[in-house]
Amino acid sequence: MKLTNQELNILAILDENHNVSAKSIAMQLEMTEENVYTLIKKLEEEKIIVSYPTLIDWNKIEGKETIVAMIDVKVTPQRGVGFNEIAEQIYRYPEVRSLYLMSGTYDLSVTIEGKTMQEIALFVSNKLATIENVVSTTTHFMLKKYKHDGVIIDGNEDKDRRMVVSP
Amino acid sequence: MSIDYQQYLSKTAIGLEPSGIRKFFDLAATMDDVISLGVGEPDFITPWNIRELAIQALREGQTAYTANAGLLELRQEISNYLYKRFLVEYQPENQIIVTVGASQSLDLAFRAIINSGDEVLIIEPAFVSYAALVTMAGGVPIRVETSADNGFKVTPEQIEEVITHKTKAILLCSPNNPTGTSLNRDELTAIASVVEKHDLLVVSDEIYAELTYDQEFTSFAAIPNMYERTILVNGFSKGFAMTGWRLGFLAAPQELINVMVKIYQYTTMCAPTMLQMGAIEALRNSSEQVEKMRQNYWRRRNYIVQSLNQIGLECHTPGGAFYVFPSIKKSGLTSEEFAHGLLQQEKVAVVPGNAFGASGEGYIRCSYAASIEQIEIAMNRIARYMESLARTENAALEIAK
Repeated sequence: MKLTNQELNILAILDENHNVSAKSIAMQLEMTEENVYTLIKKLEEEKIIVSYPTLIDWNKIEGKETIVAMIDVKVTPQRGVGFNEIAEQIYRYPEVRSLYLMSGTYDLSVTIEGKTMQEIALFVSNKLATIENVVSTTTHFMLKKYKHDGVIIDGNEDKDRRMVVSP
Repeated sequence: MSIDYQQYLSKTAIGLEPSGIRKFFDLAATMDDVISLGVGEPDFITPWNIRELAIQALREGQTAYTANAGLLELRQEISNYLYKRFLVEYQPENQIIVTVGASQSLDLAFRAIINSGDEVLIIEPAFVSYAALVTMAGGVPIRVETSADNGFKVTPEQIEEVITHKTKAILLCSPNNPTGTSLNRDELTAIASVVEKHDLLVVSDEIYAELTYDQEFTSFAAIPNMYERTILVNGFSKGFAMTGWRLGFLAAPQELINVMVKIYQYTTMCAPTMLQMGAIEALRNSSEQVEKMRQNYWRRRNYIVQSLNQIGLECHTPGGAFYVFPSIKKSGLTSEEFAHGLLQQEKVAVVPGNAFGASGEGYIRCSYAASIEQIEIAMNRIARYMESLARTENAALEIAK
């Protein structure tokens, strides 16, 4: 789909910060607020804007610590439906945070979030590995998140080091 | 025995006006939680690929001098860049010098062309260093005042009015600091005819070239017959977000460059080697990031111009740089009173317009090299400040009645 410059500009702003008001967008792009609303609605309806997620560092909150595992899954694709049906069987589980079909040595990349390692191990052995046509799983536990969706987690680069007034 | 240092100091140096910005900086620096629209540099950090190349250069031990004019490889890239972006052709071997910031380019230019008493026209409001640089080179800065009526654009008539037989050059800065005013091709062409008629040179400070919004940037050297008369000054600070690197460059006819290189070899030798390596990467592989920053500034400009006008601080829409220059005359205060009050009362730092010359009185410079969120807060505070000024005025009127 081809977008107009105005639409691309709106996306650029929302990509940086989705928490910005329509009024601010309108002023930044010299548009009317109504026009901004209409275009955002349209982008949402077309699923170009899919959702507005908030990146939360749960590990900073006592009692809310989470463990993340990335699991490489090898499967036997099925006649007629390929990978899609197995994928659906996997992504329906609420524990699954993301699922991608990959090229390379395995087929599906599954991200799981849980409270303990054991919880994740149970999910893999009881649910994931028992799905028909899943050939093998390799579980990698995430030790530290440095950067997520383009955001550096504990970076100090956004600190303003400039002098307060300069020529 | 106490020594009277005044007798040792140079009269020229003592005579230099202290920068109006400096005074204000000293005050602002003592305060906490200031939202600053007073900063004359990008809020972006230098793109990582550029930083990485400089780090690599250090790892490799690139710590020796380079040629006086800079690494030939960098001059080659500058030459390509100037041609590709602005359609001006300079030979890397003998027409380009890499300097320590664009400021040094200006210094070299004036030292190379000024004889004692020569006059250089400075279009005001202007960057704080211009007049001082001319004075230190032995010249006399002649101020040409522009006005908000036509968006602070200098006209050929204004220039011609002050030209004397001593006039040697005009210093042009488009897009301009502090007004953001950008001169288009037609306006530059009109100035060019005066330059030719009076046989002058032009020192063209094009440091904000990359930050031009509504129309294509035109280099003064690209105006017909002006190539031979132009000393083009540019650099990496603003467009590439590399202020702290202190890397600029100048490009000019070979005979002028020869003299400037001579001065440069006696004063500075060369710009830092490892940083020059980073600058090569800046010119080769950063155009996408530069464009992204430009888009960002453009959106902020639109936002801040509308905000200020809504608050009642009349403001023209500048074509470039990252400054707006709204009028504060409505407040009944001087620029300095307004800026000091705003800083004390609302902790927003802006620069009083008179720091950039007498014609800047009645204005303030707001830099939008700040995030939209910061700008939004600053605008709310300025609005509140204006309301409080209006209340004070009303109260005074009541008492007078």
